[in-house]
Amino acid sequence: MTLPPRRAAGAALLGIVAAAAAGADLLQVHPSARQFRDFVYAPPMPPRIVDAGGRLRPPFVYPLRLEDRLERRFVEDRAQPMPLRLFSGGALLAADGPSPWFPLGTDGLGRDVLSRLVRGARTSLGVAFLASAGALLLGAVAGALAGYAGGRLDDGLMWAADFVMALPAIYVVLALRAAAPLVLGAAEVFWTMAAVFILAGWPLAARTVRAVVAAERTREYAEAARSIGAGTVRLLLRHLLPAAHGILAAQAALLLPGFILAEATLSFVGLGFGEPIPSWGLMLQDAGRGRALAEAPWLLAPAGAIALVVFAVNLVASERASGASPRYSRDKSLW
Amino acid sequence: MPRAFVRFAVRRTLLAALTVLLVSSAAMALVRLAPGDALSDFEMSLEAAAAERERLGLDAPFLTQYAAWLGRAIRLDFGQSLKYRRPVQDLIGERVGNTVLLGASALLLATLIGLPAGILTGSRRGPLASLARGVSFALLSIPPLVTSFVLLLFAAATGLFPVGGMGALPGGGSIEVARYLALPCLAIALPMAAVIERLQSEAVRDALADPSVRAARARGCSRARLVWRHARRLSLKPVIALYGVLVGTVLSGSFVVEIVMAWPGLGALTYEALVARDLYLVAGCAAAGALCLSAGVLASDLALAVADPRVTEPS
Repeated sequence: MTLPPRRAAGAALLGIVAAAAAGADLLQVHPSARQFRDFVYAPPMPPRIVDAGGRLRPPFVYPLRLEDRLERRFVEDRAQPMPLRLFSGGALLAADGPSPWFPLGTDGLGRDVLSRLVRGARTSLGVAFLASAGALLLGAVAGALAGYAGGRLDDGLMWAADFVMALPAIYVVLALRAAAPLVLGAAEVFWTMAAVFILAGWPLAARTVRAVVAAERTREYAEAARSIGAGTVRLLLRHLLPAAHGILAAQAALLLPGFILAEATLSFVGLGFGEPIPSWGLMLQDAGRGRALAEAPWLLAPAGAIALVVFAVNLVASERASGASPRYSRDKSLW
Repeated sequence: MPRAFVRFAVRRTLLAALTVLLVSSAAMALVRLAPGDALSDFEMSLEAAAAERERLGLDAPFLTQYAAWLGRAIRLDFGQSLKYRRPVQDLIGERVGNTVLLGASALLLATLIGLPAGILTGSRRGPLASLARGVSFALLSIPPLVTSFVLLLFAAATGLFPVGGMGALPGGGSIEVARYLALPCLAIALPMAAVIERLQSEAVRDALADPSVRAARARGCSRARLVWRHARRLSLKPVIALYGVLVGTVLSGSFVVEIVMAWPGLGALTYEALVARDLYLVAGCAAAGALCLSAGVLASDLALAVADPRVTEPS
């Protein structure tokens, strides 16, 4: 099966991001928690191939020298270019020289932004993926039950789903999160957040699955399966739910970006991950502090990463099979 | 006015009132469920805390407390904020106007950009339409959390707009307020304009394929008239239906933008109340937010019923 080019590009982008998150250990130039006292708010150090004299040479970076500690002014030391080496010092790519290399600069505590970005991808994307899977599963179960059983159960479940869906998602997430203890350990934050997202996200999947199951269960093939003795569970799992898989994929494309954003929002306001676990939302919190944005615009790297992932998901979800297109339905995104 | 419409309007209004009641009750129950209360952050002896809890009625069983709150809320007395020591309705009154101003202007701006752009991309090919489509697709991927940061960066770099806040005096000149409003409003409006553009574009494309439009074309209607009159009318319904959903999106976006850009609105107040476990303030904020939401959805539902009377029939 060949993918249309847009979807293929989106899938490739997502693959790269996932690989970067999985290979965070290899990509990070420094341990993500290490603070370089002499390099607070150091600007990004882009790799170069043309030196100051205009000559072409293998990839290198210019080391930074702190010129004024108060004003946090750095100058490039043009005299001593540091060559970039593959697989040196445990990293995929590292600079060989006396001074540390910060590909995306450092934050207010002198920590490497790139290292924190790839580490944070694990937490942020991990929660979002887990919660999407959970919300789809819970939604599929609730939707299948409602669509198959009908009657009171159907009414009750769909009423609850409609109620949750009618509310602004971020407030639902916020209220549910606030019902848990405010200060939690890292692992607890991870599971609490995933649980909160699942509770806020299941109705989206449940509504669509219910519609498919309710429509399909009266079709001849379902009738036939029942008549040769298929039980309820088998009928649902083997016959009815497969009919909903395209729609579930479309729901995943709505849920995943929403959850990435929800994590970022929660951590940004201080109800999500806390130091020293880097996450994209926590990094944005640093960027929003005081004059950080004006002095160190590279702290916006996680915002760029969020936009990139959402863009990739949108690419994959574009041009989906017309039957699964949610147009005109009251689908909503989570922001 | 047809009776079906009146019945529809009444039913929807009752539903909206029910939503407000349910949301504020649920918010209150959630805060009570949470460990700790408004006093747990204060350094005080156990006896003093117990006495204070008794004075504030925080030690009562939830149902007693809830019944008392509901009884007062019906008379529009939402209790005292435990954090600010002021009546909840005063606090909300100061903030809700800011959120409504921000939300309504964002919705208006998004409509002013999104609708014409959607009609353009839905009815034309060519470089301009392609450009609009591309920009829109990119904006769809940039949520308010990101747009507000980018706009703040822009403000900090150029100095053209104030970086956050709402000006010294909330009652100051409207020009001053508009200057502060510009960035938060854009941060919400840009992604939303993209949503409106996508839907309007699809609706116009479908409308242009409608037999009635083809008939108009056969009669010799000009192209502009076809698009701007016939197709626009046909495409009205799906787009109006979208607004019911967008009201919620605006409130979500407004929450993020209020916090990033220090806009003193309801979202920021709700967050403060939740973190402080300020029971009555949370319930009041939830009620005010639900009221904004329900009012918006109700307006959109009624507009839809005017545009297409079929929706008033029970399905």
